[in-house]
Amino acid sequence: MENLIALLVAAPLLGAAVLLCGGRRLDAVGHWIGTALASASFVIGAILFADMLGKDEEHRAVGQHLFSWIPVEGFQADIGFQLDQLSMTFVLLITGVGSLIHVYSIGYMEHDERRRRFFGYLNLFLAAMLLLVLADNYLLLYVGWEGVGLASYLLIGFWQHKPSAATAAKKAFLVNRVGDMGLSIAIMLMFTTFGTFAFGPVLEATGETGEGKLTAIGLMLLLAACGKSAQVPLQSWLGDAMEGPTPVSALIHAATMVTAGVYLIVRSGEIFNAAPDAQLVTTVVGAVTLLFGAIVGCAKDDIKKALAGSTMSQIGYMILAAGLGPIGYVFAIMHLVTHGFFKAGLFLGAGSVMHGMNDEVDMRKYGGLRKYMPVTFVTFGLGYLAIIGFPGLSGFFSKDKIIEAAFAKGGTEGWILGGVALLGAAITAFYMTRVMLMTFFGEERWRNQPTPSPAESDVEPAAEHRGTHAEPHPHESPKSMTIPMIVLAFGSVFAGGFFGIGDRFLHWLEPVTEHAHGHSPLSATTVTLSTMVVLVIGVGLAYLQYGRRPVPVVAPRGSLLTRAARRDLLQDDFNHVVLVRGGEHLTRSLVYVDHTLVDGVVNGTAASMGGLSGRLRKLQNGYARSYAVSMFGGAAILIAATLLMRAV
Amino acid sequence: MTAQLAAHSTSLAAYSTSTGEAFQFWVLGTVAVIGALCTVFMKKSVHSALCLAGTMIILAVFYLANGAYFLGIVQVVVYTGAIMMLFLFVVMLVGVTAADSLTETIKGQRWLALLCGLGFGILLCAGIGNASLNEFNGLAQANAGGNVEGLATLIFTKYVFAFEITGALLITAAVGAMVLTHRERTERAKTQREMAEERVRKNVQLPPLPAPGVYARHNAVDIPGLLPDGTPSELTVIKTLRDRGQIRDVSDEALKDLKALEQRSGERLGRGDRAEEAAK
Amino acid sequence: MNPVNYLYLAALLFTIGATGVLIRRNAIVVFMCIELMLNACNLAFVTFSRMHGNLDGQIIAFFTMVVAAAEVVVGLAIIVSLFRSRHSASVDDASLMKL
Repeated sequence: MENLIALLVAAPLLGAAVLLCGGRRLDAVGHWIGTALASASFVIGAILFADMLGKDEEHRAVGQHLFSWIPVEGFQADIGFQLDQLSMTFVLLITGVGSLIHVYSIGYMEHDERRRRFFGYLNLFLAAMLLLVLADNYLLLYVGWEGVGLASYLLIGFWQHKPSAATAAKKAFLVNRVGDMGLSIAIMLMFTTFGTFAFGPVLEATGETGEGKLTAIGLMLLLAACGKSAQVPLQSWLGDAMEGPTPVSALIHAATMVTAGVYLIVRSGEIFNAAPDAQLVTTVVGAVTLLFGAIVGCAKDDIKKALAGSTMSQIGYMILAAGLGPIGYVFAIMHLVTHGFFKAGLFLGAGSVMHGMNDEVDMRKYGGLRKYMPVTFVTFGLGYLAIIGFPGLSGFFSKDKIIEAAFAKGGTEGWILGGVALLGAAITAFYMTRVMLMTFFGEERWRNQPTPSPAESDVEPAAEHRGTHAEPHPHESPKSMTIPMIVLAFGSVFAGGFFGIGDRFLHWLEPVTEHAHGHSPLSATTVTLSTMVVLVIGVGLAYLQYGRRPVPVVAPRGSLLTRAARRDLLQDDFNHVVLVRGGEHLTRSLVYVDHTLVDGVVNGTAASMGGLSGRLRKLQNGYARSYAVSMFGGAAILIAATLLMRAV
Repeated sequence: MTAQLAAHSTSLAAYSTSTGEAFQFWVLGTVAVIGALCTVFMKKSVHSALCLAGTMIILAVFYLANGAYFLGIVQVVVYTGAIMMLFLFVVMLVGVTAADSLTETIKGQRWLALLCGLGFGILLCAGIGNASLNEFNGLAQANAGGNVEGLATLIFTKYVFAFEITGALLITAAVGAMVLTHRERTERAKTQREMAEERVRKNVQLPPLPAPGVYARHNAVDIPGLLPDGTPSELTVIKTLRDRGQIRDVSDEALKDLKALEQRSGERLGRGDRAEEAAK
Repeated sequence: MNPVNYLYLAALLFTIGATGVLIRRNAIVVFMCIELMLNACNLAFVTFSRMHGNLDGQIIAFFTMVVAAAEVVVGLAIIVSLFRSRHSASVDDASLMKL
């Protein structure tokens, strides 16, 4: 049964190879091949899951060693897979949501002439992501890590004819590179510290290692997680990544890839457990990001960017939980899974809305769509209720646990983190209600629109082959798109309850991540009640703002915070001033040094060599006798040397 | 150190050769060195060749003295007899009378050469002086069965491959020399008649070229004939000598001789007296 | 007399020959000087042969002579063809390797 693990990765990899190498011949069937192989991977995953459930808790983790990758003395790198409960959870999430989104994409990308390539990239992403979560050592994980980075780059820039998409892809790639650097440094540190990369030996050896080294490794891993999971300070790429097709945003930039950072931290739990400083930084990063993302989400008018802010914020919750140590790991993963369902559902819903609205993304030009898109409205609404933590739905169970765990951290830290998490819940309720109201309720602001200016059509040229920019005719999306949304909505509703009630998920994951019950200063009921209160406050404020009053089509100027949040809280300006300007100055001074010092040395050497050669050249006068003198002198010197050596 | 020196002196005594050989060495050795120096410093290459031949004959004598009877004979026959004669042939071909200028044209070359030579020689002598040459067996045993037989035994047993290879080398050298010097005629040589007809057609120098000078006291072919005014005409010397620059200009001498001849004949005929009288 | 004197004589002749190669410009004389050097070596070989009491040194001298004969043939052929083409036997005239 273990031999099937490699197939999990091989199936989508084969799909990617076939689709990307197959050429135009496969244009007609490419999407079916891609979807079939993604689903095959899901079926294999399900078989393995069933097999795993049949075993004892102790023997559930299985591995498959494929071959020795780099067998060098003192440096052993293997290609091997490890399938335990944590990996299994991810495999099911990735292949499950991935397959649904493949199905969705069949409809969504129907009119795109490069659909085959799109599916090839999606399959490549699945393969890389599965490799990431199945690897049994950090080096192979790094391969998958880079692989998902590549797939993300290719898919964000899928509409590469749009300068904004190309730039966004480049930005995502570059920012991720900073994180990847962290991961590679962490791996190097591991190698020098433990002499191996394999999860087992590395994590077992943490007990005997100095805290300083572990803290360094932990911080580097956190940097990697920040890059991949769009956490402060490497968060700036996620908003722009929404330039990619919506299924990509749902799969990669909401459900799976961006959660790789959480996986990395939970997987490396032993390292973090032994390095409290790294844990503290992790919780701080998570807390800051969760507020940051939520505030950005409140101000965005672009539906996808609002959701992207929300993603950032929700991953902040997960990172926060992961930073709490054993009391939070399970809840981080649980929230990750439920978030995978409802956020993917929300993105697919947003895609469905855009599909029906001529690819319009500005929520100020939506309104009252519930009558025209009932299925989308219901599924989106269920996702909305799940994310704000409406009692009984997925988000309620997972987010509540995280808030509880944050308080359980204890001391001042616990109060601050718990408070931040509660505040985040309120803001989440606010911005999600805002999205909901602006999109599906209120007056129909899309009627009697002026024709968009050419500049705007530049931003969304994909719309050119979707119809004209005349007044949109909102309509429900085809079945291939609505069915995945319905499935995901089921997940959004029931996953939390299924996992949370009776601590089922906790028991499932406990053998891998270990779990400790924290002692919260507040009782669970208090936390739940206060969550309900802030939830009501958030929804109420949003209703007052966007439900009672008409929403202006042109965005008002807004307060200072709103304006800052619209600009992603000045993150790009910060990067520009500090990194770009600083980089430019550094480059300029380096160029100066290069011109004066380096070139000076080089040119000086060259000039002196030239002068020397000019003099030496005179020795080359072409007269055989002259050369003979040199030979004769050389012979004399040889004799002298021989004599000297004998004398010594 | 002293012990070493003592050992050295005793070995000297033990290895000494006969007084006759010593006398021969010092006399002939000096001549050989002078011959070598003359080879280097003689202006004319033919002289150099002769000096070298002399040195080689002395070396042949030394070979004989050293018990290398076969080599001594071969040295005379092959080296002095064949190789040096080959040199002389080439010297003749290039121009036997041509004298080299010994002034140096490459700056510093001479001094560098002398310096290197001096240093090299001193170092070499120092090396020989340093070497532990405390072995002197003599060839009495090795030459017991005859020197030639001994050499033959070695050549045809131990060194047979080297010997065969030198045979191949000699063949190759002979072929190479032929290839280098052989010139293939691409056209038929002109007959005398054709040359005469061509001269008539060109109409530059119809009669035969003037003969060289006729002061037949030595090789007269390189002496140009004199024109009526007493100046020499290079046209009278054959082209090969002209190209080599081996023209001996004797015009001054000849004019002087002419004047003396006239005077003498005048005196004999009494013209001089008449002339003196006329002057009075 | 010590037979080592033959070696000193050989060294002297070799040095004179080498210096001659460096000083003279006439290719024929240069060639003669090379022959002088070879002969000096031969003298040394013959002396060594006597000192060691075996004939191997003489064999080497013999081979040197054979090779020298071959070398002279080719060398003189080169000088003759050089003279034909340049009307000069000066080694300095053949300085084509100059920059």
